Amino acid sequence: MHNFELVKPTTIADAVQALSGEDAQPLGGGQTLIPTMKQRLAAPARLVSTLGIAEMQGVCTDDHGRICIGGATTHASVTAETASTFPGLSGLAAKIGDPAVRNRGTIGGSVANNDPAACYPAACLATGATIVTDKREIAADDFFQGMFATPLEEGELITEIKFPVPQASNYQKFEQPASRFALVGVFVARFGDGVRVGVTGASEDGVFRWSAAEEALSGNFSAEAVSGLSLPAEGMIGDLHGSPDYRAHLVKVLTGRAVTAAS
Amino acid sequence: MTNVSMTVNGKSVSGEVEGRTLLVEFLREGLGLTGTHVGCDTSQCGACVVHVDGKAVKACTMFAAEAEGAEVKTIEGMAIADGSLGTIQQAFQDYHGLQCGFCTPGMVMSAAALLADNPRPSEAEVRSYLEGNLCRCTGYHNIVKAIMAASGQSVEPVAAE
Repeated sequence: MHNFELVKPTTIADAVQALSGEDAQPLGGGQTLIPTMKQRLAAPARLVSTLGIAEMQGVCTDDHGRICIGGATTHASVTAETASTFPGLSGLAAKIGDPAVRNRGTIGGSVANNDPAACYPAACLATGATIVTDKREIAADDFFQGMFATPLEEGELITEIKFPVPQASNYQKFEQPASRFALVGVFVARFGDGVRVGVTGASEDGVFRWSAAEEALSGNFSAEAVSGLSLPAEGMIGDLHGSPDYRAHLVKVLTGRAVTAAS
Repeated sequence: MTNVSMTVNGKSVSGEVEGRTLLVEFLREGLGLTGTHVGCDTSQCGACVVHVDGKAVKACTMFAAEAEGAEVKTIEGMAIADGSLGTIQQAFQDYHGLQCGFCTPGMVMSAAALLADNPRPSEAEVRSYLEGNLCRCTGYHNIVKAIMAASGQSVEPVAAE
């Protein structure tokens, strides 16, 4: 790995200042970024650690009833702190990676990376979450722009993510057992005015909403409502772990399981 | 180079590190604590698991400078003061929870983190907690038995023989 300067600010303002330098990049828990740097696929001149920024840690509820999670909150903290208020999200966070990864990895880091097989993006899309940065607020529907692509600008920092809390929700992940990423993951969220379905791991365009299932489930929230649907295999990821047809099939199966398990 | 200070196994230590120096490199090469192993170096295998402020982390996927001021515990800190094996270590010996031993430091540190949070885990909880620790020798069953025994529970129900 190329060498770099590690900066550890304690406020968002200091982090933003440090990120204005050339080739500076935020560092969350580093569970993706450090392996990426070891392969020399990333070589920042400066890393700005977010884990020491108290105002980016923890979970709270805002005036609109949304669950607001600081960008530097670890997956383990999300699991513990949303267990009673948002069990769908807590369950998702509890299955990311392994316990040691969950003790370091952060929600802001995961969302900023927009890995096509990451778990959190499915929850963000399915709940219509808002991604808050030091500069602006971005709707989840506008944020996930394809594999690893986001509207984040150079040095822009995710400070918080705000989740509208569904009446019922569940995340089902079919795990790729070596990486523990989602071979396919489906987050189903039922709100008073309809159902949203976020799918990760499956598409060559990254996380997406399965609108046909949303329509069917909004009329009839049961696994049977999606059993007759079929998702085209075109555009699905095909690799040694699963063909496009297999992934398309898994999307339907997991959507049904998530609906049945939703609480 | 910057100076980094932390507490490792109860002792204050410090040393010069680069930004890119990994915690595991500082422990092994800086302090000579070679009990913490580097298996895959890609945060898959868990041979490098140590505790940082009481939480299990992969020391190959954390920078040494990030542990500034932290309390770090490694496998060398798991023995009892007189040098005899700690409870979990002894259980690994008693139940033959290791063969080549390469993964064992990480297994023991993960087991200790699990039992600190959940003193009487079920067999399923033990297996689930060990998802990030790979062992290529034992097939895991004796590791699970050792952890069940270390938590004071019966090893009889553990699945395969």
